[in-house]
Amino acid sequence: MAKIIMTVDDSASIRQMVSFTLRGAGYDVVEATDGRDALSKMNGNPIHMVITDLNMPHLDGIGLIGELRKKPACKFIPIIMLTTESQDSKKQEGKAAGATGWIVKPFKAEQLLAVVKKVLG
Amino acid sequence: MMDNHTEAFREEAYELLGDLETSLLSLEEAPDDMELIQRIFRDMHTIKGSGAMFGFDDIAHFTHEIETIYDKVRDGKMSVSKELINLTLQAKDQIRLMLDITPHGKAPQEPILQETIQAFKELAQEGEGVTSPLSPTSASPWASPSPIKEVSAPGMATYRIRFKPSPDIFLTGTNPLFLLDELRSLGECKIAAQLGAIPFLDDIDPERCYTSWDIILTTDKGTDAIKDVFIFVEGDCELTINQINNASEIDPEPDYKKLGQILTERGDITEEALQGALKEKKYLGEMLVEKGLVTSDKVESALIEQRHMRKMREKTQAKDEGISSIRVPVEKLDILVNLVGELVTVQARLTQTALDLHNGELASVAEEVERLTAELRDTTLNVRMLPIGTIFGKFKRLVHDLSQELGKEIELATDGAETELDKTVIEKLNDPLVHLIRNSIDHGIESPDARISAGKTATGTIRLSAVHSGAHVIIQIQDDGKGLDKEAILSKAIEKGLAHPGTDATDKEAFNFIFLPGFSTAERVTGISGRGVGMDVVKRGIDALRGTIDISSRQGAGTTVTIKLPLTLAIVEGLLVEIENNRFVLPLSVVEECVELTREDAKRSHGRNIANIRGGIVPYIRLRHEFRISGEAPPVEQIVVAGVNGNRIGFVVDKVIGGHQTVIKKLGNIYKNVEAISGATILGDGTVALIVDVAKVLKNVELTEAVFN
Repeated sequence: MAKIIMTVDDSASIRQMVSFTLRGAGYDVVEATDGRDALSKMNGNPIHMVITDLNMPHLDGIGLIGELRKKPACKFIPIIMLTTESQDSKKQEGKAAGATGWIVKPFKAEQLLAVVKKVLG
Repeated sequence: MMDNHTEAFREEAYELLGDLETSLLSLEEAPDDMELIQRIFRDMHTIKGSGAMFGFDDIAHFTHEIETIYDKVRDGKMSVSKELINLTLQAKDQIRLMLDITPHGKAPQEPILQETIQAFKELAQEGEGVTSPLSPTSASPWASPSPIKEVSAPGMATYRIRFKPSPDIFLTGTNPLFLLDELRSLGECKIAAQLGAIPFLDDIDPERCYTSWDIILTTDKGTDAIKDVFIFVEGDCELTINQINNASEIDPEPDYKKLGQILTERGDITEEALQGALKEKKYLGEMLVEKGLVTSDKVESALIEQRHMRKMREKTQAKDEGISSIRVPVEKLDILVNLVGELVTVQARLTQTALDLHNGELASVAEEVERLTAELRDTTLNVRMLPIGTIFGKFKRLVHDLSQELGKEIELATDGAETELDKTVIEKLNDPLVHLIRNSIDHGIESPDARISAGKTATGTIRLSAVHSGAHVIIQIQDDGKGLDKEAILSKAIEKGLAHPGTDATDKEAFNFIFLPGFSTAERVTGISGRGVGMDVVKRGIDALRGTIDISSRQGAGTTVTIKLPLTLAIVEGLLVEIENNRFVLPLSVVEECVELTREDAKRSHGRNIANIRGGIVPYIRLRHEFRISGEAPPVEQIVVAGVNGNRIGFVVDKVIGGHQTVIKKLGNIYKNVEAISGATILGDGTVALIVDVAKVLKNVELTEAVFN
């Protein structure tokens, strides 16, 4: 069965690019527009991995990671954050909150897939 | 698989570079030979294109610059000078070097390449419109001793990696096993898990990680690549990466380090403990564990390192002693295949003789020879096998270019690129496949708008797949385009007088019309297809490879073309038959069954050559008549029923002898116009049997009948 990955981003184009790339590689994708949306869509859905932006309205990426790690179903799933070059300090903050790793924007499809493979096997 | 591609590209590039050199040297003799300039340009262009496709970006970039210059030469904006030729030869050497030393043809030293490009540009500026003056460029970068020699390959090295994740590593969603998998993908890797920290079952917290790993990795990717594997866990683990040896170095020591040395180097035991243990004459590992100086995991891990290094060393030595692959002219291979063929023949004779003589000892030798010959035959044929992916790669570019030209969005998916086929088959397969893919692009896949209004995705897909099936390879070109229009094909066939009006044809029959010469239903002629040349040429090409081609299609859903090819052209499984002491071979792949034909049977059909086989009517051809063999047929003849182009046709012979593996020999030039015979083979007793070209015989008969009617 295809693994399900949730992409959380308030930018539709990023969501689209991530979805397109992942679907092309055989994953199923659930899209969420921000942290709050992600949490509501998480309920009842078996999600194998989350890729989240950091700057988002309602509930930001760091907050989302913290919330997800509190849920038993999400305690051990890989969570990747999308950062920009200027957000280096955010990496540590995210790691502390429980993120598995990060991808620096802008990134290419291959980089995204390499990271997914790294953490999802 | 990817490595297969890069290897294939490398092979191709070396070949092209060789060709380039020859062309360049000839160009020196004849600087105005347009043919040569075109050829040089093409070689460069191919290296560039394929290079970019397989990730040899530096080569692609570098070659692009040179190609630009030759473009000017081609357009007559620049003339050929000695400097240009010299410079190009140097550049050729650099490309070769880039191919030689690194897995992805990375630039060895940027500055050299830049200098070369610069030199080309200078030459271009002064060369434009002017005939070559002896310019200072000839004395510039290349006059000095070539700096190329300084470039050294990064080379293989072996690393000792200790990875001890923090117990909390699972809480960040990290699975350390995936990291180990990633390490394995970097090179030759041995991993020893250290389980010493695992507590008793009652004390285990399943959310914590207690295991650590010792890894021995031999790779040419360098320390950074290893660090990259651990990039997300850097802060959450103890990680040490030590380079222990450069595997390509030749070590004066005949053997790798002793176990004690490895353990002390790693800090697992002290020097004193080692010396103490060494005094007792037992296996060191066992002893140390017994004494509680070190855990058995640690000893095991050190032993793994030892074994790994010994293995790597053997490998490098083997490499030093002989190169891993050599290039051989195809003619030499052909001679070898021929010789093996003859050996197979002689071996069959030996087996027969042994049986006839009832000599047990000889029979057992013959059996052994039979086994070895079969192995030798398979190995020899295997030498000429190439992965079909070598031509798949070219099609990506084709699809890309053509789809852009036509404003269509098309993706090419390939499957089974590693499937191996005889080199000669692969070479001859190129043109038919190009035709078929062009057809799919032009006629099959619709424009993005049309696709969307038909409820499909805007991007069309052409799937190219190859798979082994017994002694055959099946190649499919599948598109999800608009499919074939049976009605349009039929009405076109009627219009061209190929079918009677009102003909009711099955899909298969209708689709077969498109294989006829001059048939095209495209309303307009594009640069890509539609002139009606193509499908008949494709069919002829596949026929020549003793293959079959089949089309299935559903309107609106797409078309699938299936090509079935023999693995090799050198050997054919045949059915040996006899007519009046003449032996013939029919390809077993077309034979369906053999039935008897008595004189009574023949009379019952009132002179028509039709046999009734289990209620079905099968027309037959008497090979005796066809080949004008004198003498009288025996009272009971045999019909060999063959499936040709979807029809069952019988071939009448005197006697069926049995299956025979046939090594095909050409008939020679004098007989090249003989149509019904495709070759000959030498039998076990030294006589010659002719191989019948079933399809051609049938065609000849059909033609004669057409004349008579």
